[in-house]
Amino acid sequence: MTEPTTTGRRAEQGVAVRLTDLRRTYAGVNALDAFSLDLAPGEFVALLGPSGCGKTTALRCLAGLEDPDSGTVTVGGRDVTGIPTSKRDMGMVFQAYSLFPHMTARQNVEFGLQLRRQPAERRRRRAEEMIELVGLSPHIDKYAHQMSGGQQQRVALARALAIEPQVLLLDEPLSALDAKVRVQLRDEIRRIQLDVGTTTLFVTHDQEEALAVADRVGVMRSGHLQQIAPPQELYSAPVNDFVADFVGVTNRLRGAVSDGSAQVLGGAVALLPGSATSGEVVVLVRPEHVTVQPAPDGGGNAAVVSASFLGAHGRVIAAADTGDQVTVQVAASAVGGFPPGTRVVLTPTGEPALAVSAD
Amino acid sequence: MSSGQRARFRRKQAILRRVVVTVVMIFFLVPLYAMFDYTTRDLASGGRSMRTWKTLLDFGKVSEQYPDLRTGFIASVLLAVLTVAIMLVLLVPTMTWVRLRLPGLSRIVEFICLLPLTVPAIVLVVGLTPIYAWVTYLLGGATVWLCFAYVILVLPYAYRALDAGLRAIDVRTLSEAARSLGASWLTVMWRIVLPNLRTAVLSASFLAVALTLGEFTIANLFSRTNLQVAMYLLGKSDAQISVAVGLLALVFAFVVLFAMSFVGSGRAGTSAFARLRHHRKETA
Ligand SMILES: Nc1ncnc2c1ncn2[C@@H]1O[C@H](COP(=O)(O)OP(=O)(O)O)[C@@H](O)[C@H]1O
Ligand SMILES: [Mg+2]
Repeated sequence: MTEPTTTGRRAEQGVAVRLTDLRRTYAGVNALDAFSLDLAPGEFVALLGPSGCGKTTALRCLAGLEDPDSGTVTVGGRDVTGIPTSKRDMGMVFQAYSLFPHMTARQNVEFGLQLRRQPAERRRRRAEEMIELVGLSPHIDKYAHQMSGGQQQRVALARALAIEPQVLLLDEPLSALDAKVRVQLRDEIRRIQLDVGTTTLFVTHDQEEALAVADRVGVMRSGHLQQIAPPQELYSAPVNDFVADFVGVTNRLRGAVSDGSAQVLGGAVALLPGSATSGEVVVLVRPEHVTVQPAPDGGGNAAVVSASFLGAHGRVIAAADTGDQVTVQVAASAVGGFPPGTRVVLTPTGEPALAVSAD
Repeated sequence: MSSGQRARFRRKQAILRRVVVTVVMIFFLVPLYAMFDYTTRDLASGGRSMRTWKTLLDFGKVSEQYPDLRTGFIASVLLAVLTVAIMLVLLVPTMTWVRLRLPGLSRIVEFICLLPLTVPAIVLVVGLTPIYAWVTYLLGGATVWLCFAYVILVLPYAYRALDAGLRAIDVRTLSEAARSLGASWLTVMWRIVLPNLRTAVLSASFLAVALTLGEFTIANLFSRTNLQVAMYLLGKSDAQISVAVGLLALVFAFVVLFAMSFVGSGRAGTSAFARLRHHRKETA
């Protein structure tokens, strides 16, 4: 039997990870298609994309649970392509509950340390430390079936981190949990990651989750990385309409391009790099980049379809005279001012937006 | 339904349950009682005698008077142990592996494992004869080598039991989690898969033991002496001893079943057994 030995490396530094030109096909389906991704030491990267776009496959290739048809995986400068999972030193948390059912939380966390032949006393201390880090000290001697889903995922996280992995891999660890626990645990994952400094890849199909936790978010489609950027940049400067649509809410407004800006709803909108440069276009405008005012004399350029109160802010949906449906974000207190049918004036604020060819 | 109606309904159900249990008990116990009755008869005088049981409980005398019974018993116990061991070593890793890595093969494996059900023992023997010529040539003609044939015989039952166990846990995720923590495949098998299959392994083993201890046809056709063959031979010379041994074998099987179901009950890690172990460790 070959088991990994304890590494002397300090986890705090984190290691660089590089996936280069990975390809993987399953019976004709391109799960990964020339997929490349770099993670800086200690960085938290989220992979975001619709179900079936290849996120899990990418993560599993990094973990060694799946072999790419071609391409390389390097971790900390070392080529690990072809090295089995058990020797890659990766901490993983899965979407499905993965605690060993015949072991308590403590035994689960100690498992990886036992394989590394750590002395019992050290193991015990480390397990208690990790369980405390995820806030479960009172439950340390419970079995998986005595814990809630959220608690189980916390223990799984503690178990993954206990071995001081080179890389932490999280494959939709929150998707089986209910909304409130999900938000709570995702913030906690971020806090812990900053604490330990392990390079982390987090896979999710929930854009809010990805934007909330990651240093950088990579958006995937059909096995290919569309864009990778810090959350704000991804939101304010998407490179194509798939990214713009997938990240946040966006309006698709018809307009025309002339000398570097687009005309929509009677206003000018600056264009982001990569936009279409001429002719009929669709401009992707965020709801908060449009203002809405009641038209004083029944004029205006749109009619309200509905207005709703969403807690922190409100939302007005209006049908523009151009035929476009426009979603506008408004102050929560303003919702009452827009009963359905009201004529309104919609004006773009002019923030740079992406324009794509109309067809 | 009013609460009164419901109470009456529940009472009726309780009575029905008791009736069913009683009928089943009678069905099983009457033949056992008949066997017991026969073994305590004094065939010469027509009265009662415990002579048969006295003989049987004196091991020295039994092995002296009925050497076949002794060899048959030892052979059958050895056969049971070997059959279970080979069956587990063969099936558990294979089935786990197929589940993890080769799900496309699961249909074929299931088909192969269930196949022996459809083959009558006589046909099996005809097919096995040339193979056993080799076994005899290589390993000798001892009765214990029937274990290879018995493994095939128990395959369908063991497969079913283990399959149910594998379905109940997420083997894939568990083994991937263990692998990522640094476990070799052997460690995954031994420390993760097996402990969670405990109940399934136990029931597969029990079925194998029961089948092996009760097997007659194949052993007889191959002219080997296992417990059943010995009992059969004995039946010709001393029917009372033969029936008494049969009764003992039944009781033994029942006790084994009961013990196994007790050990295997409860969730993984929370059975009486596991609690005991845990407790011992705490106090140590
Ligand atoms: N083991 C497999 N066998 C066949 N197809 C697979 C397998 N794993 C993934 N795929 C296919 O590869 C594509 C990407 O899957 P996956 O990486 O799981 O997507 P995601 O995690 O983004 O939902 C999907 O079309 C899926 O059907
Ligand atoms: Mg997935």
